[in-house]
Amino acid sequence: MGGMLDDTLTWGNAFVFLLWGVVLLVLVLGFVTYAIYFERKIIGWMQLRIGPNRVGPLGLLQTVADILKLLIKEDTIPRKADRVLFMLAPALAYVPAFGVLAVIPYTQDLYFADINVGLLYYVALSGITTIAIVLGGWASNNKYALLGGMRSAAQMISYEVPLVISVVGVIMMSGTMNLRGIAEQQGDWFWQWNFLPQIIGFVVFVIAAVSELNRTPFDLPEAESELVAGYHVEYSGFRFAFFMLTEYVYMYAIAALTTVLFLGGWHAPLAFLDFVPGIVWFLLKFALVVFFLIWLRGTMPRIRVDQLMGLGWKVLLPLAILNVFVTAVYLELFVK
Amino acid sequence: MEKYINNYVIVTIFILLGILLPVAALTAGRILRPHKPTNEKETTYESGNEPVGEGQVRFNVRYYLFALMFVVFDVETVFLYPWAVAYKQLGLFVLVEMAIFAGLLLVGLLYAWRKKVLKWNSI
Repeated sequence: MGGMLDDTLTWGNAFVFLLWGVVLLVLVLGFVTYAIYFERKIIGWMQLRIGPNRVGPLGLLQTVADILKLLIKEDTIPRKADRVLFMLAPALAYVPAFGVLAVIPYTQDLYFADINVGLLYYVALSGITTIAIVLGGWASNNKYALLGGMRSAAQMISYEVPLVISVVGVIMMSGTMNLRGIAEQQGDWFWQWNFLPQIIGFVVFVIAAVSELNRTPFDLPEAESELVAGYHVEYSGFRFAFFMLTEYVYMYAIAALTTVLFLGGWHAPLAFLDFVPGIVWFLLKFALVVFFLIWLRGTMPRIRVDQLMGLGWKVLLPLAILNVFVTAVYLELFVK
Repeated sequence: MEKYINNYVIVTIFILLGILLPVAALTAGRILRPHKPTNEKETTYESGNEPVGEGQVRFNVRYYLFALMFVVFDVETVFLYPWAVAYKQLGLFVLVEMAIFAGLLLVGLLYAWRKKVLKWNSI
C-alpha cells in the first residue's frame, strides 16, 4: 500500500485502493460480529454465567443469527416521526465511524491514508456522529428519544473537549499530527511509549474515550432504568442495527487510536522481542484495549447524571489543560 | 503532490464505502423484510400507554449552555493543535502567550462553575 501512494493516480490504482477499503470494511464487520460475541461471553463469565452457547459451536454463530434476525425484522416508522431525518440518522451516524479508520496505521508499511493532519481528521469527523444522535432523537418525535438524544449530545460534546486536549501533549512530543509519525517515534522499550511520559494525558484520554463511546460507566444515553433505551427507542430492524454497528466500529477506532497514540503502535514492548512482526504487537495491544473496555462494563456501575457533567468539566478538562502546560515546560527545560 | 492526491482519494473512498454500506444493507433489507403496517404499530412508544401530549417536549435550557461552552473550548483546541505541532521550533514566548490564552478561557470556565451551570438539578 505504501509504495502506491507515491505513484501517479490512475483508474487502476484507484481500484486497488477501493479493494483495500472493501477488505478493511469486511474485516471491521467481522471484528464487530465477534466483539459482540466476546463481550457477551466475557461478561457472562464475569457474572458466573455461560454466555451465548446455543447457535453454532460454542455459540460462535450467535451474533450472525442476531444480525440475520435484525435484517428480516419489520421496519416500523412511527406516524408522527419526521421520516426523512429518521431514515437519515443511522446512516449519518455510521459514515464518520468508518471514515475515521482511513488514517489509522497498523504497521510501518500497512496503512491506508497517510495524511499529515491525521489526528485532526479523526477528531473532526468523529464529532459528526453527535449530530446523527441528536437527529435520531429529535426525528423520532418521542419524549424518551428526545431526552436521550439531548443527554447524549451534552455528554459527547462535554467529553470531546478533554479528549481532544489530552492528545495535545502527544502532538507536542512528536511534533506532528500524522498518526504514522507519532507511532514511529515511540521506541522499542515500553517506557519509551507515550503512555508513561504522558500519564495524565493517557488517563484523561481513556476516561473521555469511554464516555465518547457511551459505554459503562458512562452509558447514560441508554440508561434503560430511566429512559427505556434513549435516542434509538423508536428504531427497529436494521436501522437500529446501524446505531449498534456505529458504537462497535468506534470501539475498534478508539482501541486502534489508543494503541497508536499511547501504546507504541507496532513496537515491541522489549527491544529484544522485535523479531515478532509488528502487526502481532499491534493486534495484541488492540485486543488488550478492547478487553479493558469490556472488563469495565462487567465491573463498574453507571454513574449518576449529576456527577457526569461535573467530572467532565471540573476534573478532566483542567487536568487536560494542566497536562499541556506540564508537557510544554518539560520540553522547554529538558529537551530543547 | 501525487502522495497528497492519493491520500485524499483513499479518504474519499472510505467515506463513499461508509455511505454505500447503509444504502446497500437497507435496500437489501427492504426486499427481505415483511411490511404489514397497522395503526397500532405506528403510534409513538410510551411504555405501552397512550402517548400524552407532544413528543417534542421542551427540554432544559442547560443543554444550550453546554453547547456554548463546547464552542468556546473547541475553538481553543483549534488553536492548540497547530501550536502543539510547531512547539519544538518555537520559543518560550509562545508558551507564555498560550498560557495567557488558556488562562482567559479558564476564567470563563470558572465563571460558568460559579454560576452553577455545571450543577445538574433536574432532567
